Amino acid sequence: MALNRSLTAPLIDKNPITLHVLGICSALAITNSLMSSLVMSVALTIVLIFSNMAISLVRHHLPSSVRLIVQITIIASAVTVIDQFLKAYMPDAARTLSVYVALIVTNCIVLGRAEACAMSNDVKTSILDALGNGFGYSLVLIVVATIRELLGAGTLLGYQLFELAQNGGWFQENQLFLLAPSAFFIIGFLIWLIRTFKTEQNEQPDFRPMALPTGEKRP
Amino acid sequence: MSEFFDVFLRSVFIENLALAYFLGMCTFLAVSKQVKTTLGLGVAVIVVETLSVPINNLIYNHLLRQGALDWAGLAELDFAFLGLLTQIAVIAAMIQLLEIILDRFFPALYETLGIFLPLLTVNCAILGASLFMVQRDYGFVESVAYGLGAGVGWALAIIALAGLREKMRYSDIPDGLQGLGITFVTTGLLSLAFMGISGIIW
Repeated sequence: MALNRSLTAPLIDKNPITLHVLGICSALAITNSLMSSLVMSVALTIVLIFSNMAISLVRHHLPSSVRLIVQITIIASAVTVIDQFLKAYMPDAARTLSVYVALIVTNCIVLGRAEACAMSNDVKTSILDALGNGFGYSLVLIVVATIRELLGAGTLLGYQLFELAQNGGWFQENQLFLLAPSAFFIIGFLIWLIRTFKTEQNEQPDFRPMALPTGEKRP
Repeated sequence: MSEFFDVFLRSVFIENLALAYFLGMCTFLAVSKQVKTTLGLGVAVIVVETLSVPINNLIYNHLLRQGALDWAGLAELDFAFLGLLTQIAVIAAMIQLLEIILDRFFPALYETLGIFLPLLTVNCAILGASLFMVQRDYGFVESVAYGLGAGVGWALAIIALAGLREKMRYSDIPDGLQGLGITFVTTGLLSLAFMGISGIIW
């Protein structure tokens, strides 16, 4: 039961992106096409599983003063392998993702999970936790990428779903969805949506206006 | 000289690391509540970027890239795949060194920047700038301009966001949008505003 929790909790309840604000950079940058989001999700999940497993294996031998350096080196090695693999076998995807594959090294999800889970749990829990967080990250990426690609170009995975107006169809594409700002808006509203149903995730405001006496309504 | 300014202005306004490439977002969203704190963080980012990008440029061009070891008779060696590992190691080591030097000689500055410096090791804006430098094949002078510009642009963006968030503290925001949600929407608007500049060509 506890193992299932560590697999399913990161999907919505403890989603790394929408609750912990981890790994935002790539979530925003590469979601303008569904294909690159899928490649990115798989790449991140593999790196996460490998690094969590490796760090969990060596956790008893790590002096805490040098643990960050060791963790980063392990993560960077995993990322280098993935990066070279993509460049060799999927050159198109590698070109679209450009530096963002290499930036998995500084993706806070990987280091965050290494610190929070792999350093204090056995290998099995760490791998499940990595899988769960990888799926949580992938879920957000896929949702955002679907919205952006469908509304921005009328395509999904490169297939034309909506016939564009310029080709005699009915759909007028909104290219703003392919540009940087739309990603911020979509994730912002996604967070709002999740928190409408999961009110325990709401943050307290820094400042509340003073309550009016005798229950008057504010004009 | 004109290409120095070209790269500089381009990296500050058009190719802004935070608003156009979404780099350093974790820190960007988490530490942007007060203008005063972001000033310290901004200066730290500028310093680290201006040092790390040129250093990585020298290492990449003179040790790692194919043909760089020509002088030692090893022209066919290509260490480019080690680029990522070297860059992150250089950045981590440099930040550690900077911390020690500041602590020893500029204690006042260390007080302001101290808490942010270790954080910057895992800030993707720092590593991202080095990776872009390699990808775009910048020379040494350009890499200095790019490092400086990338840092200034990032600092500018986070200070602007902190100013907006300070003003918004008294706004009546829906419960679910409070905090993280509204910050995303604000950053989106800021990024939209920066896109307006992108048509300008020098």
